[in-house]
Amino acid sequence: MRSYILTRIAGLIPTLAIISVIIFIVIQLPEGDIVSSMLDRLQAQGVDTSEEYVQNLRAQYNLDKPMVIQYFYWAGNFLTGDMGYSYLFSRPVNELVWERLGYTLSITISALFFTWLVALPVGIYSALRQYTIGDYLMTTLALVGLATPPFLLALIFMHIGFEWFGISTGGLFSPEFEDASWSFAKFADMLAHIWLPMVIVGAGGAAFTMRILRANLLDELNKPYVVTARAKGVRPAKLVIKYPVRIAINPFISNIGLMLPALISGEALVGMVMGLPTIGPLLLQSLLNQDMFLAGSMLMWLAILVVFGILLSDLLLAWVDPRIRFE
Amino acid sequence: MAGDDQAVDAVLKVRDLAVDFKTDTGLTHALMGVGFEVPRGKVTAIVGESGSGKSVTANCIMRIIQPPGRIVDGSIDFAPKGMDPFEIVSLTKKDPRLQELRGGLISMVFQEPMTALSPVYKVGNQVAEAILCHRKVSRGQAWREAAEMLERVGIDDIDRRIQMYPFEFSGGMRQRVVIAMALVCHPEVLICDEPTTALDVTIQAEILTLIKDLQRELGNSVIFITHDLGVVAQIADQVVVMYQGRVLEIGTVRQVLKQPVHPYTKGLLAAIPGLAPKGERLATIATVVGDADITTPFPMQTLADGRQVSLPPELGGAQQA
Ligand SMILES: Nc1ncnc2c1ncn2[C@@H]1O[C@H](COP(=O)(O)OP(=O)(O)OP(=O)(O)O)[C@@H](O)[C@H]1O
Ligand SMILES: [Mg+2]
Repeated sequence: MRSYILTRIAGLIPTLAIISVIIFIVIQLPEGDIVSSMLDRLQAQGVDTSEEYVQNLRAQYNLDKPMVIQYFYWAGNFLTGDMGYSYLFSRPVNELVWERLGYTLSITISALFFTWLVALPVGIYSALRQYTIGDYLMTTLALVGLATPPFLLALIFMHIGFEWFGISTGGLFSPEFEDASWSFAKFADMLAHIWLPMVIVGAGGAAFTMRILRANLLDELNKPYVVTARAKGVRPAKLVIKYPVRIAINPFISNIGLMLPALISGEALVGMVMGLPTIGPLLLQSLLNQDMFLAGSMLMWLAILVVFGILLSDLLLAWVDPRIRFE
Repeated sequence: MAGDDQAVDAVLKVRDLAVDFKTDTGLTHALMGVGFEVPRGKVTAIVGESGSGKSVTANCIMRIIQPPGRIVDGSIDFAPKGMDPFEIVSLTKKDPRLQELRGGLISMVFQEPMTALSPVYKVGNQVAEAILCHRKVSRGQAWREAAEMLERVGIDDIDRRIQMYPFEFSGGMRQRVVIAMALVCHPEVLICDEPTTALDVTIQAEILTLIKDLQRELGNSVIFITHDLGVVAQIADQVVVMYQGRVLEIGTVRQVLKQPVHPYTKGLLAAIPGLAPKGERLATIATVVGDADITTPFPMQTLADGRQVSLPPELGGAQQA
């Protein structure tokens, strides 16, 4: 088990290195660079830009060096915790990203919990009561949930909140806490707001998970090991949880990691629609403005989150399923 | 006959058992008036071809028939030692005796040892659970008793093996675990549903001997389901022959295997390789049965030698009322 964990962690290093190269290439792809978009702006404002000034700027951002060197500057700085400078906000990227990353992570993880909290009982109920009215009702709800993209759900919720209840459902904080420093009241205010993006981001996943869980469980319910346990005298409620459910959830545990990218990109769209202080809106802005340090750092962090999520879910699976552990 | 009924000490009396399965294609009558008795402390074999209703009968006794199946008629009287006798079919879901019955008073060994245990729990956990379901003992005590029983069914190096997972065991060893799990609460009746079909021949013989030896030691009754008449000869005292959801013949092993009365039983015996004379083509059940009507449910009658048989009138069967 220990060697399994170590190999898996060691495997992360090349994965992340390759991802960083791809991210670097992608953010360099569009025509121009930070300096040219900066100059466009300055010239539009009527500021005179000398050739020397341009050269200096390029040198400052290492843009006069070959691509490969540029990559190593970027990657090396990233590793030492310096994510570069955002010209768009005229602030170090470090200052901009951490808080937003925290909110993104909070919404994504709580959406994951929401997914499970809903999908587990509903999936079990649907499988045990297959083809009853309750099952059909849940199936219909799940299909609606699957067919509605998160951003649309966000718009619907915001509209309902505004029209019917006269409340603004955007953002993560009430206006009075927006710029306040952290306190218990601010935290409570965040909890009062975060449930909506959590539900919206998690809804699709919950519907999907519930349907798959139902199907997996239906496969397991009459397996010989369940019949044996029933014949042994295990009480019905315990029987269902300890035997078939325990097996039916295994594929999901390994899927948690794979669900993360979907949740994060869902959160990005929802974040823009609802005006959340998360990574999503900032990422879009930085990409549009070719603010490459900002965009690159955020993409890199999202990649790190996903890769660690996958690792965690694999370790979790090995922990709960001895068959994996012994391979 | 009433006189015979009292002479035999029956632990189970199955009467007129009928089970329906409601499927998309319609209603299947899996059992239609099945009746037999299980003598205490003896081995009763149920034989019959695939689909004759052997497993469904066993599942009725355990009350583990799952939808779409339903017991529509009949009764199963159960007379465990040191307890008031009760009727199994009419037990409500909440009746504590139902839970006590499953695995406590009657337990079951299944055909598929490879899949009969959950892959995610240790062998010790699954055997000890059988004890914890029926008796108020500590976890440690349950594991100790589980270890004792596992040793008794022939699993050695028990301190290490009890901590292992089922997939680390061979098929034969898994079946021993299932047998240990079934016997650990010392049930009145052990039902074995084709326990050796999935195992290779040498292991089959070992498991059969084990079941027989433990039955003698523990004094429990056994219902042994099989379609292998060779196994019946080896292990059983009494035989119940089933066909298409009905019982055709009941008798002692000697009666049924040496002088079968029912044409279907004769057919079953003739179709066994090794019993037919050398060089001759093996008979099929159909050729032996010939024109005899074996599908109509004729009433059971008791013959002079004590066996019961359901015969068509032209072969000496009782006229239907
Ligand atoms: N889950 C089920 N759904 C529908 N019909 C069923 C189901 N289980 C059993 N049956 C019906 O009951 C009949 C008897 O089945 P049973 O399993 O008792 O046969 P068996 O004698 O044990 O056969 P085998 O030797 O193959 O195990 C089958 O022919 C089938 O029509
Ligand atoms: Mg069967």
